[in-house]
Amino acid sequence: MAEISVASADVGQAAVPGTTVPGTTAAGTATPGTAAPGTAGAGPAGVDPGSPGAGGVTLVRPVQVRRRKARVRVPRLARRVVGPLAVLGLWQLVCSQGVFSSVEVASPVAVADAARQLWAQGVLQSNLLISLQRVAEGLVLGVAAGVALAVLCGLFWLGEDLLDPVIQAARAVPILGLVPLVIIWFGVGETPKIFLIALGCLFPVYINTYAAIRGVDLKLVEAGQTFGLNRWGLVRKVILPGALPGFLVGLRFALVGSWIVDVVAEEINAQSGLGYLINQAQTTNRTDIMFCCLAIYAVLGVLADTLVRLLERTLLAWRRGFEGA
Amino acid sequence: MASVKSPAWPQSQLTAEAGGMAVFTRGLNRSFGGREVLRGLDLSIAPGEFVALLGRSGTGKTTLLRVLGGLDPGYSGDVLVPQRRAVVFQEPRLMPWQRVLSNVWLGLPPPAGGRAALRQRSMAALHEVGLVNHAHAWPVTLSGGEAQRVALARALVREPQLMLLDEPFGALDALTRTRMHGLLQDLCARHRPAVLLVTHDVDEAIGLADRVLVLVDGQITLDAAVRLDRPRDRGGRAFSALRSRLLSELGVAAGQTAGTATDGPGEDAGPRN
Repeated sequence: MAEISVASADVGQAAVPGTTVPGTTAAGTATPGTAAPGTAGAGPAGVDPGSPGAGGVTLVRPVQVRRRKARVRVPRLARRVVGPLAVLGLWQLVCSQGVFSSVEVASPVAVADAARQLWAQGVLQSNLLISLQRVAEGLVLGVAAGVALAVLCGLFWLGEDLLDPVIQAARAVPILGLVPLVIIWFGVGETPKIFLIALGCLFPVYINTYAAIRGVDLKLVEAGQTFGLNRWGLVRKVILPGALPGFLVGLRFALVGSWIVDVVAEEINAQSGLGYLINQAQTTNRTDIMFCCLAIYAVLGVLADTLVRLLERTLLAWRRGFEGA
Repeated sequence: MASVKSPAWPQSQLTAEAGGMAVFTRGLNRSFGGREVLRGLDLSIAPGEFVALLGRSGTGKTTLLRVLGGLDPGYSGDVLVPQRRAVVFQEPRLMPWQRVLSNVWLGLPPPAGGRAALRQRSMAALHEVGLVNHAHAWPVTLSGGEAQRVALARALVREPQLMLLDEPFGALDALTRTRMHGLLQDLCARHRPAVLLVTHDVDEAIGLADRVLVLVDGQITLDAAVRLDRPRDRGGRAFSALRSRLLSELGVAAGQTAGTATDGPGEDAGPRN
């Protein structure tokens, strides 16, 4: 028994409370007084580590993690890549086993092939670029409008009373329900798509920024007042910085929302863009192209998220005292 | 002198009435929803005088401080306070998104010397509270005592003629509080602002102030000058006598204390006119 315990301790497992190991006591590694009297050097037979000592106090060792032997540290990025790679492998395996027909599910290899072909033809770049441009334009407009409205409603009671009910009502209208109307208004060019994307970005940015402005700690506003900040100074130095975390939450939602609206807008009425590409692929049963476009969306999503996280690291450094890299 | 709100009297007449005081209130009333918190409060604080205001919670201490600080315009009566005032709150109330140094000069207009002069003055204030090394730190990285020292520096850099302290050490541990008392005394001795310190802590009040006021139900019921040499010995007879007198005024059983409440050698207390 004792030998097994000692061995396991050497391997580097955490010592479990209650396992006072006589062997280690004999080796002199235990703090004096932690082992029950009479166990030092004694054989394992009949020794109950949890039995009361001379004073009637049952002594145990607190949980302790033994220092582990030098272990190869896998970088975090590498560890995070393992999951997606495993999914890809499984996907390929399932496909090559013929579980699905190639029309139902394209294998990763087929998707990569399709991507290569599209890239060689220049189709992928041009459509991706168009989609990116639409999303960027819509995002900029929508975020700007959302922030402007949030500031108006957040800072002025009049703004809130006049604008907020309208915005809340408009928010309840499903954006995609507007598509036919928007086509009548703006035709089938770029304007309706950018308009819809902007609208999709406006609401999450508005809601979150507005709530954040209203949630700024009144005590800080008051402190700013006593130390001589005027109204504009309060907005610039207290309210807007305080609302920044909420704005960034809104921005995250807006980034996701902009792509959703983009896809739908391009699938319904467009001659270009990733959504158009998916739609075309459907008419020709090119599942591989569909998957390819979806994979691009996934990658774009990850990139957008990384971007916002980087933004947060810089803009919200004060939250955890980050001193900059 | 600046009136916090347009006074009932012409300002010139009121200023004459104030007779060179740093703080002057007469018939100050403040009620919240029909509940009278301050009832005809008369108070004068001389320039450079350190006044501690004691009172149980809910007696209007903070309300008075907020009126004097210009944070509460809803009062009635006559109030005059200096133009340059600074408040230190119970919480440091630093802007978490600004580094320590920017917090110190927050809201100050750039002086004649421009930003460089402002920076130099702020660094000097940080030096006085012993935090020059933290000038570029984020407030979140400071301990409670350090943050409160930054709040003190932020108040000091304004060269206030009146410092309003709203239980500034209430949230600090006992050791830090003692050190802060020493720091505050040094700073006040050097800059000589009039000080109104709102506190619960009787020992803190006697230890620091030239004069201790007790606020009960919106009126000052006790006004005691503290005539003890500094540094003050908290175990001394006069100190204890004043302590028990203040505690009984606050409605707390004082227990056994040395000396008698009425004729301790170090105090001179009585209702003021």
